[in-house]
Amino acid sequence: MKNLSIAQLAQSLRARQTSALELARGALAAARNKATLNAIITLDEAATVAAAERADRTLARGDAPPLCGVPLLHKDIFCTRGTRTTCGSRMLEDFVPPYDATVVERLAGAGAGAVAIGKANMDEFAMGSSNENSFFGRVRNPWDPARVPGGSSGGSAAAVAAGIVPFATGTDTGGSIRQPAAFCGITGLKPTYGRVSRWGMVAFASSLDCAGVLARRAEDCAHVLGAIAGFDARDATSMDRPVDDYVAALSTSLKGIRIGVAREYFGTGVDAGVDTAVRAALRDLEALGATLVDLSLAHAHLAIPAYYVIAPAEASSNLARYDGVRYGHRCRDPQSLEDLYTRSRTEGFGAEVKRRILVGTYALSAGYFDAYYLRAQRVRRLIADDYAAAFAAVDLIAGPTAPSIAFKLGEKTDDPLAMYAADVNTVAVNLAGLPAISIPAGFSEGMPVGLQLIAPAFAESALLSAAHQFQQHTDWHLKTPGNSP
Amino acid sequence: MTSQSSALSPQPSRAWQPVIGLEIHAQLNAASKLFSGASTAYGAEPNTHASVVDVALPGTLPVPNIAALHKAIRFGLAVGGRIARQSVFARKNYFYPDLPKGYQISQYELPVVSDGRLAVRLDDGRTIEVEIQRAHLEEDAGKSVHDAFHAATGVDLNRAGTPLLEIVSAPVLYSPAEAVAYMRTVHTLVRWLDICDGNMQEGSFRCDANVSVRRVGETKLGTRAEIKNVNSFRFVEKAIEYEIERQIRALENGEAIVQETRLYDATHHRTRSMRGKEDADDYRYFPDPDLPPLTVTAADIDAIRVTMPELPAARRARYESALGLPEADAAQLCSDRATTDYFEAVLAALTAPDAARVSGPSAMDGRAANAKLAANWVLGELAAALNEAAAHIEAARVSATQLAQLLARIGDGTISGKIAKDVFAAMWAGPGDADTIIAARGLRQISDSGALVAAIDAILAEFPKQLADYRAGNGKLLQFFVGQAMKRTKGQANPQQLNALLREKLGLRAEG
Repeated sequence: MKNLSIAQLAQSLRARQTSALELARGALAAARNKATLNAIITLDEAATVAAAERADRTLARGDAPPLCGVPLLHKDIFCTRGTRTTCGSRMLEDFVPPYDATVVERLAGAGAGAVAIGKANMDEFAMGSSNENSFFGRVRNPWDPARVPGGSSGGSAAAVAAGIVPFATGTDTGGSIRQPAAFCGITGLKPTYGRVSRWGMVAFASSLDCAGVLARRAEDCAHVLGAIAGFDARDATSMDRPVDDYVAALSTSLKGIRIGVAREYFGTGVDAGVDTAVRAALRDLEALGATLVDLSLAHAHLAIPAYYVIAPAEASSNLARYDGVRYGHRCRDPQSLEDLYTRSRTEGFGAEVKRRILVGTYALSAGYFDAYYLRAQRVRRLIADDYAAAFAAVDLIAGPTAPSIAFKLGEKTDDPLAMYAADVNTVAVNLAGLPAISIPAGFSEGMPVGLQLIAPAFAESALLSAAHQFQQHTDWHLKTPGNSP
Repeated sequence: MTSQSSALSPQPSRAWQPVIGLEIHAQLNAASKLFSGASTAYGAEPNTHASVVDVALPGTLPVPNIAALHKAIRFGLAVGGRIARQSVFARKNYFYPDLPKGYQISQYELPVVSDGRLAVRLDDGRTIEVEIQRAHLEEDAGKSVHDAFHAATGVDLNRAGTPLLEIVSAPVLYSPAEAVAYMRTVHTLVRWLDICDGNMQEGSFRCDANVSVRRVGETKLGTRAEIKNVNSFRFVEKAIEYEIERQIRALENGEAIVQETRLYDATHHRTRSMRGKEDADDYRYFPDPDLPPLTVTAADIDAIRVTMPELPAARRARYESALGLPEADAAQLCSDRATTDYFEAVLAALTAPDAARVSGPSAMDGRAANAKLAANWVLGELAAALNEAAAHIEAARVSATQLAQLLARIGDGTISGKIAKDVFAAMWAGPGDADTIIAARGLRQISDSGALVAAIDAILAEFPKQLADYRAGNGKLLQFFVGQAMKRTKGQANPQQLNALLREKLGLRAEG
């Protein structure tokens, strides 16, 4: 059953060639076999089996939705009722939510009927680009265990790439779905801000956080997005507008589609191997009928500094609730309120989280607010305007997802700025709230390279169909570790 | 009195002018919290009205309560303020155990209401106009409970997230009396608008006072101290009085005033320093990214406008001009929504087409007479009974309809005003309306001349000496005979008729 598409799995389940329980047991076994990847924080066998049995009963009734019985992993940032939700942090090591995130609820039994087998590893509070910032240990890249899987949804990406589950949920604040998808040779979709509810998703930077999906194919992403997208009254930033039929839209041809090639995404920081692979993929798109249009996004170079002010500013406030008072890590024998706060937070948070809380607190402080936070917000507006102007002339914008292939474990841990710079092609999309997808586009040094496509707000259908058409004519996305070219 | 407060002079020095601004926190009486569906009811077991949002569990999100927004808009319309078409929630960041998120959601740069005005009548008869700079929505914090656990503080989050309207006046109040009069006017208004229950014991209505003093004639404001969380009118007055004295004394001793937050000590009637400016939190306000700007359309505002009640000032003016009530009566009736509503209900029942009218030469005079009669009773007998029972008018044991019926019986001559007081007392004490009690106790006024003449004859026969004195010229004895006749009829004699008949009997012309 390994590496079948969601549609193929759905067919097998309906043809009784397999069962949800068999798929679930297979996923649990694969998870254990691949334990050295450290892609998973929590496996919940009993709950998995119960959910699979329930899915089999639904399937037997004959009216099951397409995802029914399909196994998945949730990034451990989504609250799961009764199953601990750590967010990769010691702070929430023992936190068991009393409620499900909307994404979890919509994919589960009463919704799509998919079977969650557990919780995927991640950078602590989704802060990181390498999955080396998890309290539960770093995740390894299935293509090369000496390399990072990317982050922050590194566990989700590694698990899908390793064939443990056909898809996993992820979140993307500055590239956290797309960059690990690129590093692990799979497809990663970051929807428009507001398309998927954030209810129950532990907040990092509220104005940027997006729930999305990592899977082998764009087609798989279309199935999952259809299940999780839509208005949710519990999230005031979720958009009340109809959800497209993403699967039906997949067959749209690339003929006449104008793809903007943003000069800035092919800058000096991009590795030659990545550049070569992405340019070849662009030629393939052209061969499929798309028109390539050169364009410039004038403020692209300001995206990293703006992002690394806004995201930490929001994070510094979002993470204030972890104070040791009501839940989460609490230091032993606090001597005073001050001591309770200081030690609980010092012990509960890792170095990168502390760094961002400090940066964000600074950026919001009296006397600095205008120079940092307000200025970053103005830059954010300029970046969004650049995209809006570009989309007047093109349907999609393309470029490399990341400037390099997956780097070596430990390679950038001592240099936060180098680590931040690796997000150069992804963060602007979050600042503008746009949907984007990373799809496998070739290899460099035996490691996968990702192509990023960006669309106007709520044009996920255009994004998915372009990616799907590309994947109908290429097989990069079907390569799995061990059979790389 | 402590030695410290007795050392103060009772009156501020003439050389100094106090300047006061108030920040009033009115808890909006919405059924659920500002950003969650949890109940706002007071007095429940700790932490039973705290949802996952109020506890700030990871991943929870705030959703604005539109009912609370509408209440804020009602206030804005009542003070003639500007209603923001887009107002923005901001986070005020600070750590405290009763603040679950580590920030309070408030409004900072774009409040829902700005630039309002409120006319405030002072006890000395003057009216001042107080500028309301802004009124913004924010959530309340929880409560720290210091006495429930040994060597530990408990946290009760039932109040966390309760909607508050913070009403900020300009620094335009120049005495403790003005500050209190303004606070009372706001208190009346928020209850009048049915946006706050005004319960000060439960903390539904409380205030912070910013106090500074300056030399008379100086236009620049002095350095201010902020007195936090005072929850009674008397305490506000006392706290401000103390604070003015303290600042004047310091300045006269050549000391500088430090900008600081002070707490009012109600036991000793003084304020003490809580924290100075150097310890003040940097709240790091920024727009809450979980909450898009609150949008209010012109249609929304119009829809709220049509539900606005007649406001206290307008009603007071109408009572004086259209009903001819004395200024004091009008002011007293309008000091409270429930009282004026009761009065309106009495008046409506009295002037209903089928109700007996107090006779008068014109409908206009009739209405005025009815209004005066109703006002006298609401502010007199009813207020006294409520006062004695320590009850609020909403708990009055005589309903407005019952009182109207009683007043109608005075109007149509069935009973005298004096008997009416007995009937009122009977209604207050037990069941039955005015007509039932009048009938059951035989209190109907005697207007039958035969019966009255018989009573007069009897008392003239009983008191021959007095009769002789009267005839000898002691005119004062007329009242003696009236009193005796009244006594004989158990007070039920129609007073005008009795008077006329007695005069006739004694050979006097009827008056007038």
